[in-house]
Amino acid sequence: MHKTIVVILLIFSTVALTAQVQEYEHFDDFKKERLTSFSEDTIYVINFWATWCKPCVKELPYFDQLEEIEFDKPTKVLLVSLDLQFTIESRLLPFIEKRNVKSEVIVLTDEDTNSWIDKISPNWSGALPATIIIRNQKQYFYEKTYESLEELKQEIINTKNP
Amino acid sequence: MKKALFITALLFVGLGLVSEAQNGYKIGDKADDFSLKGVDGKNHSMSDYSEAKGFIIVFTCNHCPYSVAYEDRIIELQNNYGPKGFQVIAINPNDPISYPSDGYEPMIERAKEKGFNFPYLVDEGQALYPKYGATRTPHIFILDNERTVKYIGAIDNATTEKKVTEKFAENALNALLEGNDPEVAETKAIGCSIKAKK
Repeated sequence: MHKTIVVILLIFSTVALTAQVQEYEHFDDFKKERLTSFSEDTIYVINFWATWCKPCVKELPYFDQLEEIEFDKPTKVLLVSLDLQFTIESRLLPFIEKRNVKSEVIVLTDEDTNSWIDKISPNWSGALPATIIIRNQKQYFYEKTYESLEELKQEIINTKNP
Repeated sequence: MKKALFITALLFVGLGLVSEAQNGYKIGDKADDFSLKGVDGKNHSMSDYSEAKGFIIVFTCNHCPYSVAYEDRIIELQNNYGPKGFQVIAINPNDPISYPSDGYEPMIERAKEKGFNFPYLVDEGQALYPKYGATRTPHIFILDNERTVKYIGAIDNATTEKKVTEKFAENALNALLEGNDPEVAETKAIGCSIKAKK
């Protein structure tokens, strides 16, 4: 019995210590799994960022609070890191752990970015950060930095009556 | 009434943002020359190079890891295409208050450290990059000898050099050297957004 508890504790502590992120090496897999089926009961907020991007890191806590905020529908946040593959262990995972990021983080390491930037939005120049909000099957794209949680909240509210 | 005015004002702000995002040079536009201070303390213009067949204008900076990853490739572009008449000119568009490592002194240091074989200029007052329509670093513009924009976008298709399968800038330059327009004239890449002064 005690042994079981110890084992369970060990498992939990390991999970807590090593943050995990799902990696997508090919944009098409990312698109298929993450950008195709959206429920109308949820507002989806997808933020493209990287640990090396200063404005991204600054606005990240605003995104990370969204799921706790009451909008007209529940919100699901997905943080898509564009950190390079060789920095996942050395930078991305420690960052998530240290900042205690609660939202789901995945990493997209398809470096042929010219082939997929337009598939996110033809209005995206490729500059980070960038955000999409999906509501009622409609996608809204923003290439900008949010200076406050209020500003980001307002953006989400605005998609109700675009 | 007040509300209506406010909404109208908001609309205009919104439109302003949209049109700003779409501003900048398109393929075929004639680019303006500039006179900007380089890390050598002198001002540089395209008109300084009267013999040039064209220019490779690279908006880049010190702080951005994507820019750093491309430094060696930018040096190579000057090595390979400088002698053929295409001059690399690098321009740092960032606000040095937002990014102290993009200040003038750090630029001088970086240019020395890496042995930049091209002018590295400051977009003082940040007037040039919006005119070109640069949004990120690195972001390149290839011009012909009449300063007509022939290529806009990325240097190649992967930040990690060994993953590169398409050399966009080289292909565009080779086409121009043969007297043709580049087959791929516009590409995109993930980069660091250019930070405007507040």
